[in-house]
Amino acid sequence: MSTTITIKNLTKRFGDVAAVNNVSLTIEPGTFLTLLGPSGCGKTTLLRCIAGLEDPNEGEIYVGDKLVFSSKKGISLPAGQRDLGLVFQNYALWPHMTVYKNITFALEIQKMSKDQMDRRVKEVLAEVQMEGYADRYPREMSGGQQQRIALARMLAYRPKVFLMDEPLSNLDARLRMDMRTELKRLHHISGATTIYVTHDQVEALTMSTNIAVMKLGVIQQLDTPDKVYHFPANLFIADFIGNPKVNLLDGSVNGNGSISLGSFSVPVATYGASGEVVLAVRPEDIAVATKPMEGGVEFSAYSVLPSGADSTIVARREEMEITVKVMGISTIKMDEKIWLKFDSETLNLYDKESGNLVVSLN
Amino acid sequence: MASLEASTGETFVSRLPAKARRFLRWVTTPQVVLSLFMLFLMFYMVIIPLYRMLVTTITFSENDLRYAQDAVIGQLTPFHWLRMLSSKISMIMTYEPLLHSLTISMGATLLSFTIGGAMAWMVVRTDMPGRNIINVLATVPYIMPSWTIAMAWKVLFNNGTTGGTPGILMYLTGTPPPDWISYGPLPIIISSALHYYTFFFLFVSAALMSIDSSLEEAGELAGASRARILSKITFPLVVPALMSGFIMTFSKTMGTFGGPNVLGVPVRYYTLSTMIRSNTTISAFGDAFVLAIVLILFSMTTIFINQKIVGTRKSYETIGGRGFMAQKTKLRNWKGLLTTLVIIFQVLIAVLPLILLIWSTLMLRSGDYSIGNMGLAHWIGESDVSINSGEPGVLRNPAIYKGAWNSIKLSLYTAFFTALLGVVLGYAIVKGRGTRLSKFVEQLAFIPYVIPGIAFGAVYISMFTKSVGPIPPLYGTFALLVVVSVAKHIPYSSRSGVSAMLQVGRELEEAAAVAGANAWQRFTRIIFPLTSTGFVSGFLLTFITTMRELSLIILLVTPTTAVLASMTMRYIENGNEQQANAVIIILIVLVLIGNFIISRFRGGSLKKGLGM
Repeated sequence: MSTTITIKNLTKRFGDVAAVNNVSLTIEPGTFLTLLGPSGCGKTTLLRCIAGLEDPNEGEIYVGDKLVFSSKKGISLPAGQRDLGLVFQNYALWPHMTVYKNITFALEIQKMSKDQMDRRVKEVLAEVQMEGYADRYPREMSGGQQQRIALARMLAYRPKVFLMDEPLSNLDARLRMDMRTELKRLHHISGATTIYVTHDQVEALTMSTNIAVMKLGVIQQLDTPDKVYHFPANLFIADFIGNPKVNLLDGSVNGNGSISLGSFSVPVATYGASGEVVLAVRPEDIAVATKPMEGGVEFSAYSVLPSGADSTIVARREEMEITVKVMGISTIKMDEKIWLKFDSETLNLYDKESGNLVVSLN
Repeated sequence: MASLEASTGETFVSRLPAKARRFLRWVTTPQVVLSLFMLFLMFYMVIIPLYRMLVTTITFSENDLRYAQDAVIGQLTPFHWLRMLSSKISMIMTYEPLLHSLTISMGATLLSFTIGGAMAWMVVRTDMPGRNIINVLATVPYIMPSWTIAMAWKVLFNNGTTGGTPGILMYLTGTPPPDWISYGPLPIIISSALHYYTFFFLFVSAALMSIDSSLEEAGELAGASRARILSKITFPLVVPALMSGFIMTFSKTMGTFGGPNVLGVPVRYYTLSTMIRSNTTISAFGDAFVLAIVLILFSMTTIFINQKIVGTRKSYETIGGRGFMAQKTKLRNWKGLLTTLVIIFQVLIAVLPLILLIWSTLMLRSGDYSIGNMGLAHWIGESDVSINSGEPGVLRNPAIYKGAWNSIKLSLYTAFFTALLGVVLGYAIVKGRGTRLSKFVEQLAFIPYVIPGIAFGAVYISMFTKSVGPIPPLYGTFALLVVVSVAKHIPYSSRSGVSAMLQVGRELEEAAAVAGANAWQRFTRIIFPLTSTGFVSGFLLTFITTMRELSLIILLVTPTTAVLASMTMRYIENGNEQQANAVIIILIVLVLIGNFIISRFRGGSLKKGLGM
């Protein structure tokens, strides 16, 4: 059931702008791949090219062994012949059809028998927990319900690949959480190759098996959520992923295997880097104490922002501002003296000029 | 389409080079197919006729032998242009009619602006009661044929100068009213203005309603007086709407035929439209077409100027939200009087013409308007030599039934094809948004808008008197009337089609494509059902506008294809005024029935039909 998707040198231009720029990508069967990036990065265009709703200018796309697009060979299968399903951001339920009709639309085209259709509708409505809604019209349901039906409509004709274009962004925060759970469950059960587009990094991190971070039509990093979060390949990704944002500190490499950050130095593995660098420290990877501690640097608590499960502390030392995240409700008072200590194991070092991660050569 | 893309197996297509296959795929996408089809249709229906008309004006025809002895048929010649624009007769043939047309358009536009603008202001911006009834009554004169009031005018004011039945005023007072009241520019202007003021009323009240009242309140806080706010804030904000109303009225009255034919021609007060007609009746097509081109150029210029001016000022429209209309001018002591006057005025121009027309059809002996002389002879009487030169009553006259049936048939066909083209154009333009092809189609669809009705009719004479390629000569056929009516409606249908299509999000069609539906299935199962409301209201509105269309078809009808609208003119020209009045009443009844159906149909309104 599950299928590989192979994309080779795909380019899609709108006028002079390349929305997707020479992208190559192999998506293994059963992968939940998220295309993540800010608006205008080309993630939706890439998805639409795969779906067959846009004709790319160059490149090839395979769904399984089937060549569905090739600029060289002049092949472009219509969307309906690519064995894939798509869920739209605004659901795109046909407003003049009942839920039943919406779901059976594709089945009718495949000339499925009435009995089979009835059974299939029952099945997929159960899958999305919307039994009993078959006779409703889209406008008679809430946004979340419509989204479930949109999902059911896609599931109904059993596509080999699920495509989802920001399906949760029109829902409120609570519903979004519920739907994430359901979608992940759905992927777990069906094992269908899924390509999911979002600009929400939490969504990407929570649901995906793989994340492709995009910027200006190019995939910046394709990795597991864990790798993307802990080892962002460049400063753009480091800055884009994580909430609160990563601390990016300008510094320079000392000869003795540490980084000088102005008034203090941090010991770190430099992997032979030299000159100007940027040190990236996740807010949760910083230890805080209200008394001097070994290796700690003195800061002042500029602002303390407790939010229940955790608290964010914005600390200052001269020009430098660092965001720290601690568990629970912090008892630190504003303007109190605090000592911060970086865990050198979790630090990432970036070349200041290229913005790329400085990595171990071995 | 699917067969083109089957990648497996050696087919003819798969052996083509990639470039050719890409092109094939582009050419077979639905919006491109439809765009190309529409381009072909519009070239055939608009561009080629215009071209043929132009050629006719610079070619000698058989008919020209009367004036130019040395003419060689088929030879190129500046003859018609010189004759119409710089010869002894060009004053009478061209310049005077042009001046008359301009006088009438300008006068009618200004008068309808005054009436419509003032009424819109009172309804929207004062505390005048009864605005709903005023709103409804304001559209009534526009629903009726444009020359209704002209014909009623004749019933009231005819003075016998040019023969015909003396009017009611003369019957009551015994003295004939002066010529300047009975005929010529004044009555034509008044009767046109009373028909077209609806434009201004609708445009201006829509504009006034969309002004955010906070803009005016800001002026008030700045210490400006009422009058100052009105002139410095409110008025400039509605200027774009005024301009649109101005241009629409101006170009409509420039090309109008009914009023000038009823009230101008008898005293030889010709306008361009009636002069074009009189030239075509003697087959002087070259001359008629020169006039038509002059008329088109004038109309195009005014519309172009309007686009230029409104184009830069349109940004106003987006400024105001739908703010609360907090401040309304209080009419105080004037309230009762003004309201009464407005409603009386409206009832008068909506109802009085009908009463007068009916009254005249009930009169047995010509010129005697007394109760004793009333009867239904003109309606259901058998042929009687003492009445109406022996013509039977209209309801016994098979020609009338034929005309009524033709009117209905023409309106049905036109409405159907127009609504269909609207959906097709809307789809082609909206789906292709941003491409040059789509833009070109949209611009081409606008052309008929700038050509006044009578000139558009003239264009079609030249097109179809001979066969063009495989198309037989259509002149004199009923089909030609349908073609010209549909073509003239293209700008409106494209506009309403585009707005209907814009309301269908593109995802709805894409979702169907992903689900495996082909172009035909997407169109019939998704696009069409979702735009059907637009289709039906477009259909109904075209139906009633076509029913009362005269200028467009007057040059193209023949006795067998005559519709009610053209029959009123024929009867008037033959001196059978009461017959004519009876026919126009039948026409009005049909139009009112049509309008009743529209008002029952949700979503259809006169406003929408005007493309506002």
